[in-house]
Formats: sequence, structure tokens, C-alpha cells
Amino acid sequence: MKKWKAYPVNFRIGAVITGIMLLLIVIGFFYTPYNPTAMDNSAKLAAPGLRHIMGCDNFGRDIFSRVLKGMGNTFLIALATVVIGVVCGTVVGAFTGYYGGWLDEVLMRVNDVVFAFPSILLALVFVSIFGTGKYNVVLALGIAFIPSFARIVRGEFIKYRDMDYVKSARLAGVSNLRIIFVHILPNTLTVMLSSVMIGFNNAVLAEAGMSYLGIGVQPPDASLGSMLSEAQTYLFSAPNYAVFPGLMIILMVLGFSLLADGIKER
Amino acid sequence: MEDLLLEIKDLNIEFHDHDAPERVVSGLSMRLNRGEILGIVGESGSGKSMTAMAIAGLLRRHDMKISGEIYFEGTEILHAGRSELRRLQGDDIGIIFQEPMTSLNPVKKIGWQVEESLRIHRPQLSREQRYALAIECLKSVELDEPEVIYKKYPHELSGGMRQRVMTASAMICDPRLLIADEPTTALDVTIQLQIVKLLQKLNREKNTSILFISHDLSLVRKLCGRILVMHDGRVVEEGDSHEIFTHPRQAYTKELIGAIPRMEKLQQF
Ligand SMILES: Nc1ncnc2c1ncn2[C@@H]1O[C@H](COP(=O)(O)OP(=O)(O)O)[C@@H](O)[C@H]1O
Ligand SMILES: [Mg+2]
Repeated sequence: MKKWKAYPVNFRIGAVITGIMLLLIVIGFFYTPYNPTAMDNSAKLAAPGLRHIMGCDNFGRDIFSRVLKGMGNTFLIALATVVIGVVCGTVVGAFTGYYGGWLDEVLMRVNDVVFAFPSILLALVFVSIFGTGKYNVVLALGIAFIPSFARIVRGEFIKYRDMDYVKSARLAGVSNLRIIFVHILPNTLTVMLSSVMIGFNNAVLAEAGMSYLGIGVQPPDASLGSMLSEAQTYLFSAPNYAVFPGLMIILMVLGFSLLADGIKER
Repeated sequence: MEDLLLEIKDLNIEFHDHDAPERVVSGLSMRLNRGEILGIVGESGSGKSMTAMAIAGLLRRHDMKISGEIYFEGTEILHAGRSELRRLQGDDIGIIFQEPMTSLNPVKKIGWQVEESLRIHRPQLSREQRYALAIECLKSVELDEPEVIYKKYPHELSGGMRQRVMTASAMICDPRLLIADEPTTALDVTIQLQIVKLLQKLNREKNTSILFISHDLSLVRKLCGRILVMHDGRVVEEGDSHEIFTHPRQAYTKELIGAIPRMEKLQQF
């Protein structure tokens, strides 16, 4: 491991922000100050204070507790989305890039079609067919994410497939699968890692957007997006209701962006 | 009685990825005997690497037209499929490339890379046996402290060391044919000579045939008994290396010899 000081500044700041966010998420899984779905009539739209540090929403639910839970939901959905996108995108990109030829032509045209749809629109179509709910959102967003990863990985494989060390592996009789996954794939890891982080950010934003539109996480469950959506009616009377979930989205995205930048710089 | 290892008959390679088809090798025929070191010289772009790739079965076939026959130990390999090739060639051909920067995988340790052929062709070996063979092989290419080098990554080695490692991983399964495609071009003159000496040693000790490709006539002359001169994808002259040097028949060959710096020529005669 390199010394902490040897990493670029943005990487370090990103690591700190991301670390705090992850810590909050983990805490949120096991402990929240209040039950995030319990309503308290006496505390409707309470301002931030000692009892409720981020205040309460229009049902009198503790916003801090809901933010903690909501971050977890948003994070898990974004993570699952990225995993689907990365795994499928890597496989598609690796094969098309390595083999080229007609397989490449066909898959890349399919890729272009999927890519041409804005991911939110694709997800909307998906949800209108299969219904709302977070699993459908994950699936829809995940599929929408495949093309961009496939493209990146394909570019990397085209770059590496004619390298001399790949040629000697082919001559030595190493199977194509082994060349793809054992010889070439590890070379693409840095590029992948930074695009995974950018992809993760897009997924956080997309999830927020979906939940904001009411097709993602369903009430009374919280996600950062659904909280923003509920908060917009009270934007002026209770700005804290929107500010805290919004701030958390910004911090999550910022932390990962800085990390991604830092990785690219190395 | 000569002992034929490799024979190429009327090899033609044409690219079709541009508007006009481009013929990069035309009507090339050659023979290589067991234990022989054959040199191929010619200016860059004359089709030397394409010929080498054809022998190694490494040409991407969908954007080019290939015709002719290549016999390796009597079996036609130019038109064999990949799985067939793997069975036929197996561990019989090794290759060393020009660029020490790209000839080793930057994210894998040296030891892992040297052992890769063993994992494919000698799966019965245990981890310890593989390690022992790899160390022995690194030693045979005259690398000091093979145990240390085994654990290093390519970027931690110099260009000359990397070419030695490359040679080690090409030689570890004792191939019958070693193709060396400008293995010394990217190296300093002193290191070039060391690599040439190393190839000579491997040829003597293991009776490996070597196809030595270079645009440097003086180097080829040191190593090879027989030389093939290529120009524009064709063989323009072929014969005993001393003969070609002292009595070149073709104008092109004379030009190539003329291009060798004077000093070097003085040293050799
Ligand atoms: N993909 C390609 N498309 C068209 N021409 C190519 C391609 N790759 C190589 N060539 C041409 O093939 C010729 C022979 O190349 P090569 O065998 O690498 O030469 P050498 O190794 O003797 O320097 C060159 O003129 C080169 O421009
Ligand atoms: Mg060449």
C-alpha cells in the first residue's frame, strides 16, 4: 500500500467523504434514533432541534432517521444497478472487443439502440410493463447502464488484443476465455474502476430521479429521491425537509467523483 | 541428409481492409532445417513480421486473404483451425517480439508469465515443479538472481532483462522452433550482442531451430548460417550468409550491405 500522503488531494478528500457516507449507511442499517416510519402528530414539520436534529416531515417522522435509511436504500439500489451494468457490460465489451467481426457488429448495434434511450425513459418503459418497485427499477437501470460499460470495456480490449503478450499467449495455446479474463481483463481494471464510480454516481442520481417520479422506492419506505419528492410541497415552509436529503445526494456523488478523479490521476 | 522442420510454399498475404487490396507477402517459399538458424533481413515494411505471424498462426483472418502452404514437421498449419493448431503446434513454437515494453503483461509477475506455457502444456506438474522449471529457465537465459526476478513485475526490469524473460517464457517448453522477430532492435548495441550470444547458446544446447528476423545485416551475419533477403514482400536473394555478404547478387542486397556503418564492417573482416 502507498502512503496516505502519496495519493492526490482530491482522492483523499473523496475517500474521507465516502468513508463518512458509508459509515452513516452502515449505522442506518442497525440503528436509527427514531423508527423511520413512525408518525408523531405533535411533531409535524418540526424544525431542526435537539430532539430531531434534522427536524420532522409532514407526518411528523424524524428526517434524520429517514435520511439514514434512505441513504441505505439509495446506495443499495445504485450498487445493484452498477453490478448488473458492469458484469453484463464487461462480458459484452470483452467478447466484442476481443473477437471483433460480425459478433462485434451485431452486439454494438444492439448496444447503440439501448444507448440511444435516455436511461430514465428506458426505466419508465420497463416499469410501465413490469410494475413499480425497487427491484424493477434496479433491473431497468442496470440494463440501461450496460451499453456505456460495454463500450468502455470494448475499447480497452481492442487496445490490448493485439499486444505482443497476448499474441504469445495465443501461440502458447492459452484458450481465448483465459486470455480474455486472466490475461487482458486485469489490465483494464483502472479504467473500469473509475468508470464504475462515475456509473455509481449516475445510478444514485437516476434512482433519486425515479423515486422522485414515484416509481422507485414506495412509501412509507424512504430513499433520498422519494424524500426530495415529498419535500417539494414544503420547500418554503420547511426547507430542512428537502435540504438534508439533497445534501446527502450531493455528498455521496461528490465523494465518488473525487475518488474516481483521483484514481484516474494516478 | 537434411532434416526439414519448416517449409513454406508460395505464401501470399493480402490485406483487404482498405479500398485497394494490399499485398504484403507474395510468393514466398522457404525451408528451415532442424537445428538451423535462418536469418530474414529486409528493410522495415518488407513483410518479415507478417511471414512470422503466418508461421505462428497469429494472423487475424477476417480482414486478409492468405494463400499458400506452411508445413511444420510435415503437417500443414496455415489453414488449420485454432483448436487444431493448438494440438499440432502445441508447445513446438515459441516467439520473441521486438518491443520489450509490450512483450510482457504489465500486471502479471514474471514468474507467472514464464510458467503460463507449463500450465497449458504440462498440467501434470505440481506448483513446486513448475517453480523449479521456471527458475531453471530464467537461469538458462543468464538472468542473475532468478528467484528475485521471479517475483518482480515487468516495469521493474530493464529492456534487456525483459527480452531475456521473454526468451525464457518462449523456451520453457523446449520448442523446436523459436521465432525471434527483431528481438534486439529496441536494445543498446552491447545488449544486442548479449542477446545474440544467448540465442546461439540456446540453439547449441537445445538444438532449437531459430528464425531470426532483423533489418540489421551485421547482426544476422553473426548468428545465421543462411540468410533470406526480403524486399516488398518477396524473397530477392537467398543463400549462405558468407556468400551473400561477399558476393551479393542483387542490387538491393548490395544496398543493404552498403548501409552497414563502415567501422562495423572493418571489425568483421
Ligand atoms: N492491417 C494492415 N493493413 C494493411 N497493411 C498492413 C497492415 N499491417 C501491416 N501492413 C503492411 O504490411 C507490410 C509488411 O509489414 P511487416 O511484415 O510488419 O513488415 P516488417 O516486419 O518487415 O517491417 C507493411 O508495408 C505494412 O504497412
Ligand atoms: Mg516487423
